[in-house]
Amino acid sequence: MERFLDSFLNAKLIAATWPAILSGLVVTVEIAALVVVTGLLLGLALALLRWRAGRWIGWPLMLFVDLFRAVPPLVLVLLIFFGLPNVGIELPSFAVLWLVLSLVLAAFAEEIVWAGLIAVKRGQSEAARSTGLSENQTLIYVVLPQALRLAVPPLTNRTIAITKNTALGTVIGVPEIINQATTAVSFSGNATPLLMGAFAYLLLFVPVIGLGRWIESRFAWRRQ
Amino acid sequence: MRPPHPLLDIRGLRKSFGAVEVLKGIDLAVSPGELVFLIGPSGSGKSTLLRCCNRLEEPSGGSIWFDGQEVLADRIDINALRRRMGMVFQSFNLYPHMTALGNVTLALRKVLKKPRAEAERIALAALERVGLAHKAGAYPAELSGGQQQRVAIARASALEPGLMLFDEPTSALDPELVGSVLQAMRDMRAAGMTMLVVSHEMRFAREAADRVVFMDAGVIVEQGPPEQIFGAPRHERTRAFVSEVAR
Repeated sequence: MERFLDSFLNAKLIAATWPAILSGLVVTVEIAALVVVTGLLLGLALALLRWRAGRWIGWPLMLFVDLFRAVPPLVLVLLIFFGLPNVGIELPSFAVLWLVLSLVLAAFAEEIVWAGLIAVKRGQSEAARSTGLSENQTLIYVVLPQALRLAVPPLTNRTIAITKNTALGTVIGVPEIINQATTAVSFSGNATPLLMGAFAYLLLFVPVIGLGRWIESRFAWRRQ
Repeated sequence: MRPPHPLLDIRGLRKSFGAVEVLKGIDLAVSPGELVFLIGPSGSGKSTLLRCCNRLEEPSGGSIWFDGQEVLADRIDINALRRRMGMVFQSFNLYPHMTALGNVTLALRKVLKKPRAEAERIALAALERVGLAHKAGAYPAELSGGQQQRVAIARASALEPGLMLFDEPTSALDPELVGSVLQAMRDMRAAGMTMLVVSHEMRFAREAADRVVFMDAGVIVEQGPPEQIFGAPRHERTRAFVSEVAR
């Protein structure tokens, strides 16, 4: 028991490491927030574009979506971080992580919003169009609100799953939670910082999950 | 015999879905204030004809004139035209995320650009006419089928259309709820609205229609006043259909 406490909850190490973990938490929160905003907006924009533009946007979009859903984010992070300098583009590791996770989230979000859009009954847009609403007005006021209502639960799930991938930043040296924790682990030979990292994730994501629930309940309207 | 100035004038209208020709050259004129009933077996093309009038279906040929405007012209402002042709659907199609009032005000605000207060005043008046002003704050899921359909009628009529298209407005309703919807239509007729109605409510047709049009297999077989169509049909197919539905 004493050995366990010593290697996982070492008080001296906690005192020494918490500033590093905290700075990692700040970095993680920054990237996660950026990824959520850009990823969701891009995904929404792509779904709407596909809805309005129809066929010609279809196959290049499918290619992007399938690629970014199929390839593990870790591979994408490594490919872009170590690959782009070869064609003369050097991005800081923070930007690479932000870019990759945004694109992955956008790919999933596009598919989820699209599924919501096509799940809305045709009669809804027919009714709207029959009152003289334009295609765009029909989309914005009638179809999209119903599509988002369907999309919000899978969207919050996916958003949480992808923002946790900020931990991948550690392989390209982004000083986020896991990066700070593993550095501390290798210096001390003790697992306590890793447990602190896990605790930092709890601190971050429990409120996020709560927020997701709240958003889901906001988007639910009374139904039979 | 055609009245001189029909509000809606359909000529030689054709519509094909792929290789299947659903409308095979329809001629039909509706005068202002007239209530015309479209009847016929399912698959006869009644609903398609109705949906061609506001181009929810794109006709394959022929012409449609509405209030002096060529509906099928390339450069027509279809949204401006549609708001002058109200449509009521079999499945109501109320927006589930909006209250009854929200359903009625949406087009008033976004198409007619009325300020919110004025839109709400007009919408409440329209709901009042169908007896549902007290349900203005209710969501569609909280309303019965008959109430939902009456809100849909209010949604269309609040825009003060020149013509109302009804696509089987009572077919999805429980029998005891049909009466309230028919009453709303009766009131609308009394107010002078021009109406083109696809429906199986033969008793209502007999009582309220100025003219009954019998369609079968994409053509108009016979038309005339309800007494003729129901009492003394001239064509064999009309006779067969009328005796079938009268049972």
